[in-house]
Amino acid sequence: MAAFIEKLRTAGKERDGAVRTASPFWVMVQKEFGDHIRSWRFIILLAIVTLACVGSIYAAVTALKNGQSDASSSDATSFLFLKMFTESDGSLPNFLTFLSFLAPLIGIAIGFDGVNSERNKGTLSRVMSQPVYRDDFLNAKFVAGLLLIAVVIFSLGFLVMGMGLFTIGYPPTPEEFWRVIVMLFITTVYVGLWLNLSLLFSVRFRQAATSALSGIAVWIFFLVFYSMIVNLIGNVTAPSDPNNADAILRQQDWLMLLSRLSPAYLFQEAASTLLLPDTRTLNPFITQDQAYLAINAPLSFGQSLLLVWPQVVAIVAETALSFAASYVAFMRQEIRSRS
Amino acid sequence: MEQAVIELKRLTKKYGEFTAVAGLDLSIQPGEIFGLLGPNGAGKTTTILMMLGLTEPTSGTATVCGIDATRNPMLVKRRVGYMPDDIGFYEDRSGLDNLIYTARLNGIPAKEARERAEELLEKVGLSSAAGKRTGAYSRGMRQRLGLADVLIKRPEVIILDEPTLGIDPEGVRELLALIRDLSRNEGLTVLLSSHHLHQVQQICDRVGLFVGGKLIACGDLDTLSRELDGGPSHAVELDVSGWNDRLAERLTAVEHVVSVETVDSDALRGAAPGTPGIVTVRVTGTADVTPLLAALVVEHGASLVGLRPMRYGLDEIYHRYFEGGESSGRVH
Repeated sequence: MAAFIEKLRTAGKERDGAVRTASPFWVMVQKEFGDHIRSWRFIILLAIVTLACVGSIYAAVTALKNGQSDASSSDATSFLFLKMFTESDGSLPNFLTFLSFLAPLIGIAIGFDGVNSERNKGTLSRVMSQPVYRDDFLNAKFVAGLLLIAVVIFSLGFLVMGMGLFTIGYPPTPEEFWRVIVMLFITTVYVGLWLNLSLLFSVRFRQAATSALSGIAVWIFFLVFYSMIVNLIGNVTAPSDPNNADAILRQQDWLMLLSRLSPAYLFQEAASTLLLPDTRTLNPFITQDQAYLAINAPLSFGQSLLLVWPQVVAIVAETALSFAASYVAFMRQEIRSRS
Repeated sequence: MEQAVIELKRLTKKYGEFTAVAGLDLSIQPGEIFGLLGPNGAGKTTTILMMLGLTEPTSGTATVCGIDATRNPMLVKRRVGYMPDDIGFYEDRSGLDNLIYTARLNGIPAKEARERAEELLEKVGLSSAAGKRTGAYSRGMRQRLGLADVLIKRPEVIILDEPTLGIDPEGVRELLALIRDLSRNEGLTVLLSSHHLHQVQQICDRVGLFVGGKLIACGDLDTLSRELDGGPSHAVELDVSGWNDRLAERLTAVEHVVSVETVDSDALRGAAPGTPGIVTVRVTGTADVTPLLAALVVEHGASLVGLRPMRYGLDEIYHRYFEGGESSGRVH
């Protein structure tokens, strides 16, 4: 990885004729990356996530061995490989659930003290008095974190794939492979969102503990409470006349929109659509005609991708939004030593 | 005349209603050691931040090395080394690593960065602790590492914010000697802020007194003393055995001498207190005439027991300016 960064930055620019010097931005990225990898926090995080993955694989393989042969589908082996990511025997959640649960935690853990710890240790003012653009500092934090997340997510994904291959002995088709890759990519983007959010808190709050708690609070809010609140709103605003199809449809659309404000929901939709090719639509309402006339076959990869495209764009937009917020907050702050 | 390295014009910074720096004019010449002196909260750090472009002034300009610091902070930061008060390092990295990181941020290639870092660690006397985590450094070591950190980019100007804070006297002495050597040998311009009078007094060419966001006096010690009294800038205390009025007249007649008066011998100074026949005389004047006075006393047949040239100390100046207190007339 270090070599990769090295290559990236030297490819970046060549200054002063023959002398190649790294731009401060990549120097900072390199340092941040090294700091993350060496930190205890990262090792602990990695251990938790790895354990979760191994557990989910175990559950998936057990489920596949026991009961999938008499599954409803006539073609039992279709997308068997993908089932490893979504099936479970009930003893443990499946890989996807684990991932959607733990991914935000990775992001929060990496970002929550990014800016405020440097401020409290007095290193921020020292770095800022070097010829470094102020936004480079924030960008470097983000890029280093995202690189690290990408490495972790992809290595976990490949780990699960490899272990699955090893245990079930059934190779993935190229389509399945690409579905998993895209799913991992979306996961990276999703974790990037949480990384950004926690960076925002670390800019905003002077205490690392406050910033970590705010991050976790937002995480739990979206994970647990948000759907409850949406349900509540749904109950309250339910149309009085149950036969008024138009009103019910409109209300459901409105609720859907509310749910999709939550990044967790967006991610869940995107990832499960990719891993379950049978998902034909993300719309909760289809007419009887549509349901009746639809061909009972999985979607092709391209079509699945098309289906989740809005979700991916929404996650990226939310990421951009929180980055912009932390950017503005950081630019406006005055940097003094330890204050 | 050489162009000033640091030039502040009508520099003002307001935080809401509060004015931290009010219309500051200051120019610092190349190679000078300038002491910015003032009590806590006088606006010293804010002024420094504006010089580096880390804070935008409300009005006025700060020009450093001929560059507008507000418009072009990057160019300024390339040429100015700044050591914040209470400097922090990445604590789980070694001192050497910290220095190399700073060097690399300044666009110095890795190999050269290491060489420079090792050289500087040698210079500040930390080469034995180069591989140690900075978290385990003592306060004095951190300050010395901070100085190395400032110098690694080979700046033209170094700005030190409270460099001596929290170090023991011996450490202070070493650090100041180091700063002075740097300024003398490498022609660095040094701006240091402090509220420690004696230390600033030791090494500064000029000092500026800074109170409530205003520079109330600026100049070398003699100038400040003169401004303080509007009168004599030199004083000499003589312990004379065999004092008489005729001698007093002779001394008063010497050119530049303003006054001659006998004072109570200062018991604390241990100049033979209470010894009969010995009188302590203070002679103040507008120029240094100490040798002449000594010669006169001896010529007159009296014996000279003690001779102490005196200057107004910063302490006194500081006190008079800040407290506005009545003149105690005490010099030391």
